[in-house]
Amino acid sequence: MTEKSFTWRAGGLLLPGLLFLAALFAWPVARLVATSFSDPAGAFVHYERIFLDPVYIRVVGRTMALSAEVAVLCLLLGYPLAYQLNRSGPLGKAIILLCVLIPFWTNLLVRSYGWIVLLNPQGIINGLLREAGLIEGAVPLVYNTTGVLIGMTQIMLPYMVLPLAAVMSRIDPTLPSAARSLGASPLAAFTRVYLPLTMPGILAGLLLVFMLSLGFFVVPALLGGPRDILLAQLIDFNINSTLNWPFAAALSTVLLGATLALYWIGDRFFDLGRLWGTR
Amino acid sequence: MTGRMSSSILTAVAAAICVFLVMPTLAVAPISFTETDFITFPPRGFTLRWYEEFFTRPAWIGSLGTSAIVAVLTAILATTLGTMIALGLGQLPRRVGGAVTFFFILPMVVPTIITAAALYTPFARSGLIASIPGLVLAHTVLALPFVIINVSAILQKLDHRVVDAARSLGATPAVAFRRVTLPILAPGIAAGAVFAFITSFDEVVVSLFIAGANATTLPVQMWSGIRFEISPIVAAASCLLLIVSCVLLTIFWLIQRR
Repeated sequence: MTEKSFTWRAGGLLLPGLLFLAALFAWPVARLVATSFSDPAGAFVHYERIFLDPVYIRVVGRTMALSAEVAVLCLLLGYPLAYQLNRSGPLGKAIILLCVLIPFWTNLLVRSYGWIVLLNPQGIINGLLREAGLIEGAVPLVYNTTGVLIGMTQIMLPYMVLPLAAVMSRIDPTLPSAARSLGASPLAAFTRVYLPLTMPGILAGLLLVFMLSLGFFVVPALLGGPRDILLAQLIDFNINSTLNWPFAAALSTVLLGATLALYWIGDRFFDLGRLWGTR
Repeated sequence: MTGRMSSSILTAVAAAICVFLVMPTLAVAPISFTETDFITFPPRGFTLRWYEEFFTRPAWIGSLGTSAIVAVLTAILATTLGTMIALGLGQLPRRVGGAVTFFFILPMVVPTIITAAALYTPFARSGLIASIPGLVLAHTVLALPFVIINVSAILQKLDHRVVDAARSLGATPAVAFRRVTLPILAPGIAAGAVFAFITSFDEVVVSLFIAGANATTLPVQMWSGIRFEISPIVAAASCLLLIVSCVLLTIFWLIQRR
């Protein structure tokens, strides 16, 4: 078969999908971006508002800070879990993978509702703390930033564990032992041999969790407080409550730009594309 | 610290993290049987009242029906389109392939709230708001990357000599495709279909924007349930969703194992 007929057939197979995504994704998103620059008062008025008005600077800052906190929490929990996953026998591996995959396959709303059940003032966590005599009354664990952090960390954890476990499984297990036999303490063998070898997984996981957290809507809306809203909620508010489409479009463009930039960095430097299995 | 001690500490830490991961999922089941009108833990008494309400209140049972129809149609459309795309991508030269693949993966990377906002205006103009076709089209956009990824994964492992052998033995391209390529790809296509179904069945954000009184999905109904009533009927709905997830996860596992 000639090179040309190959390309023709590829074109024929790809054309319906290309048209579909162009009409229902690329074009609508491009229109949304264009709307953000369409104000008669000037193309950048909405962007000036986002980056000069303290109210909106605070939302952008809060979103970035919270995403960073979620990424770090995921690393702290995900690292030991990925390590354990890698050194477990078949049964241990199956149990850990099941625990990682169950949340992956559970509806986001079910999990958020589960956290409300657990964390609300009458919930099990506060009940246990009261029984133990540690608190009187209730600790506010939900409808605030604490609730969002707990909920988001649980949801993002698989995205940290999977790249970490992939990197750890490729490390030669004799290397830390070699360091030990050459006189390194267990701590030194870990910090100077194992940890640097897992660095690509750590960075890929941090980047992935941070990127996915930036645009998160459901969990902050359900578990967060009414006052400390995030970027995605601000977009929703401007569309569904104040009908300020151009401003919502500008916020969306900022979020889109940040996400694509992070994805590009991840793809270029940490081989994020391989995680999706598309290369 | 001895090696064995640090090893058991690590096991304990990992077990605690596993509990953290499954805790919210497991917490909803007992609540769905409570006799109280609000959520308390531990639940009081035992009743099937909330399941009865779920299956008798039109808003809830209706939304389950809409979700099921939309998810099945999305799975069909996304699997067909996605398999064609994966086959097409497999034939492209490597350097072009990367960029084209990136375009098709984008709906998975772009935050859903942006897709939701972008689709709202064109959907409103063409009467697709609060309609089943509108929901199917929007969900297909979100589901396509998962089908492409699942089919591509198998396609990359496909030994092209098998197809060439069929051709050299006299099979037409169509027959070779139907009787050789397609059966090899079947597990990837099936896995993609499962992913597409669950993507649609669980989708919240885009549905919140484009669903409406005439076509409300179960997640949208649950969203208002969680935000505005917090009644245990949401727990009953959650348990039903969990059963669906378990069934699909089992199907997926069986496909992967073959």
